Amino acid sequence: MAQSLAKEFTKGLWAEVPPFRLVLGLCPVLAVTTKVENGIGMGLATTFVLVFSNLLVSLLRNIIPSKVRIACYIVIIATFVTIVELGMQAFTYELFLKLGIFIPLIVVNCVVLGRAEAFASKNTPIMSIADGLGIGIGFTLSLAALAAVRELLGAGTITLWNGAVIFEMGAAFQPFAFMVQAPGAFVALGLMLAGMNLIGKK
Amino acid sequence: MREMLNMIVVLTALTAISGGLLSAVQSGTKLRIEEQVLNIVQAPVIREIFPETTNDPIAERFPIETETLSLKIFPAKLADGSNAIALETKGKGGYGGDVGLMVGINLDNDEIITARVTTHAETPGFGARAKEDPEFVSQYNGKSMNDHMGLKRDGGSIDAMSGATVTSVAVTMAAKEAQKVYQQIKPEILKQIQ
Repeated sequence: MAQSLAKEFTKGLWAEVPPFRLVLGLCPVLAVTTKVENGIGMGLATTFVLVFSNLLVSLLRNIIPSKVRIACYIVIIATFVTIVELGMQAFTYELFLKLGIFIPLIVVNCVVLGRAEAFASKNTPIMSIADGLGIGIGFTLSLAALAAVRELLGAGTITLWNGAVIFEMGAAFQPFAFMVQAPGAFVALGLMLAGMNLIGKK
Repeated sequence: MREMLNMIVVLTALTAISGGLLSAVQSGTKLRIEEQVLNIVQAPVIREIFPETTNDPIAERFPIETETLSLKIFPAKLADGSNAIALETKGKGGYGGDVGLMVGINLDNDEIITARVTTHAETPGFGARAKEDPEFVSQYNGKSMNDHMGLKRDGGSIDAMSGATVTSVAVTMAAKEAQKVYQQIKPEILKQIQ
């Protein structure tokens, strides 16, 4: 039990890490990763939604009729997304301003619906929480990693949380603005995917 | 039949519970969100509209309620001794929902001092320029409260932002709303300020 629980948790961190392995949920991945703090904020919001929607879908898996299951999942997911949105407005309004439209869009993030359909609807609540937590943290770390590459090359800084710059390139560094623009996201993602495949290849 | 009924019951129950939960969360966070909007969005905008005042418009704000609306009034005493207020209205029909516009109005001559966009969810690089670049809303500077607030194509005198007509219209809607509200509540404001 404990072993399989750990397995469900850790698979989200490497073997099935959403943007790189499952290549799911790319819309927020590409859009918000211009700064590390945005990536982390988006990742944590998604993790919250994943954990709770997984839990509820799993608890209700024997009650929800299979013909309307997707509608039910969307209602559950949308509820938690709205809670996150209101919570962010109430407590981290500045982050909410930066992420803006991408918070409501978590509803249609394939990662969340994908885990509800592929995992939580077939497994126990505890397993589903482990799965949601694992996938969510994996998602957060990938967003942070991608954002770190883009921010470092594109702006020459790494901003961890609430404007706290933890690393800054020297004055001689010329920002490579292409990286913080939309096409840079694809290039960075592609290079990181290639890198992960290289490491993963035995 | 039974299956059909089951589907209806489950989905209805789920949406009802979700609705109830959300309205609880909404009313629980409402005050805090208003406070955050005041500190992070409205206060900087008001300082931009009234760079020099002899009072604190934010601390002295007061609510005005009529049968149809309730809004906050930010009173300002300008350096030249005239009285002004700022009020925020929402323009419907932006690309990403309502566009908030804070309008500073001189009470003595009914002229707009300037206006600034507050809350919005417009597209970055297009509609969002209405907030980032004050050039568009600055067209309202010095406009009288009796003037036409619309875009040129609607018979007014405001140039739309290129590439962001929808947002421009939403801003003018907010300005028209401010005009309407102002005429309605001006006597009440004067009473409050005395």
